[in-house]
Amino acid sequence: MIKTDVVIIGAGPTGLFCAHQLGIIGLKCEIVDNLDKIGGQCIELYPDKPIYDIPAVPECTGEELTNNLIKQIKPFNFNFHLNDRVQELTNENDNWIVKTTSGKKFKTPNVVIAGGVGSFEPRKFPTKSAEKFDGTSVLYSIKDKTIFKDKSVAIFGGGDSALDWAIELSNTSKVSLIHRRDEFRGAPASVQKIKELSEKNIINLFTKYSIKDVKGNGTLEEVEIKSEEGESKILKADYVLGFFGLIMQLGPIAEWGLNLDKKVIPVNTENFETNKKGIFAIGDICTYPGKLKLILSGFHEGALAARGCFKYARPNEKYRFEFTTASNTIKDRLGVK
Amino acid sequence: MAKIIYIEHNGKEHVAEVQNGLTVMEGAVQNDIPGIDADCGGSMSCATCHVYVKEDWHDKLPKKEMGEDDMLDQAFEPTSKSRLSCQIMVSDNLDGLSVYIPEKQV
Repeated sequence: MIKTDVVIIGAGPTGLFCAHQLGIIGLKCEIVDNLDKIGGQCIELYPDKPIYDIPAVPECTGEELTNNLIKQIKPFNFNFHLNDRVQELTNENDNWIVKTTSGKKFKTPNVVIAGGVGSFEPRKFPTKSAEKFDGTSVLYSIKDKTIFKDKSVAIFGGGDSALDWAIELSNTSKVSLIHRRDEFRGAPASVQKIKELSEKNIINLFTKYSIKDVKGNGTLEEVEIKSEEGESKILKADYVLGFFGLIMQLGPIAEWGLNLDKKVIPVNTENFETNKKGIFAIGDICTYPGKLKLILSGFHEGALAARGCFKYARPNEKYRFEFTTASNTIKDRLGVK
Repeated sequence: MAKIIYIEHNGKEHVAEVQNGLTVMEGAVQNDIPGIDADCGGSMSCATCHVYVKEDWHDKLPKKEMGEDDMLDQAFEPTSKSRLSCQIMVSDNLDGLSVYIPEKQV
């Protein structure tokens, strides 16, 4: 069990700056994120897209913003728990017990939800029958590629993941690649390679087809694909792989007894606390009159939520406002002279 | 101003007067029309405002910009009539536009 002052859920820009503010006022925090890297939507959705509305930064990319925020909180040495998702929150006296999917446990008086629009999950096949094989022979990511050796593999998708795996697995497996249109969004070199492999009959390429059904008695045997005109084909398949990118799902957050307004959490604008004592929500996931889904708003919300956390983390101390320019205590925390 | 007809998957119709300059997605969100999630808020990065444009309207709409089809690859059951409603700007010309909302967005 890890004891800390605050658990932050979400390592996007809002969560990162909130961590900075916690460090400034002398609190400790642990940061949990479902993705395998720091940066949230900035890194997952638009690492290369320029952002023009960060105050005093005329232009930067999602990746640059993330790297700068990481640099800004470096002096505090906070722990990141990536590839992990907060599953359960339970109340114990004045603390929250936070459990993650990997089995980590935290004890903390404060939880700050900076979860964007939820956690990123792979988009799945729309077909009901695919659920039965989910995780065994219908997969959305590859952990061990050796399982596909000498097997028939049907890969769906038109982006880099689909193309790269189709090329890679075609060395040792019988690969079919199925995509809903003629154009691919993957790298041009990969698209070229796929076309060559298709001409040499190493890969079976089906464009303008999508999944209709997966079939099998106990184990997966075949996949049925359909064109928009309704024509269908049956392909033999031991494995079906879907690469349709990631989608944000609210996930377990919906089960923590928080008030929800559609997919967002109402908060007060004094300290961004939710209807539960010690649980705060900041960034895209919170709502209040006048809410703007801007990164700069997330920064403001994080700064105020951090002060809200102080009250529960140091119940016997009085919070004193200080400027980073003038306070020696803050300079010590930042490790600057 | 244009009248936009949103048809839910179960056939329920919603007619909304949408101001010029807003998108078909914003028209749905502002009028509380269910089935258009618009998670990313209109930055063409999530594919949760996916709609099917009614046959006779499809060719009348301005063509898709770069990137829209790439996002649509990730939508729920996309077809050749699929569009991201955040990329359709409302103008007088779109008066009477009908869009079908898919069974779900993810």
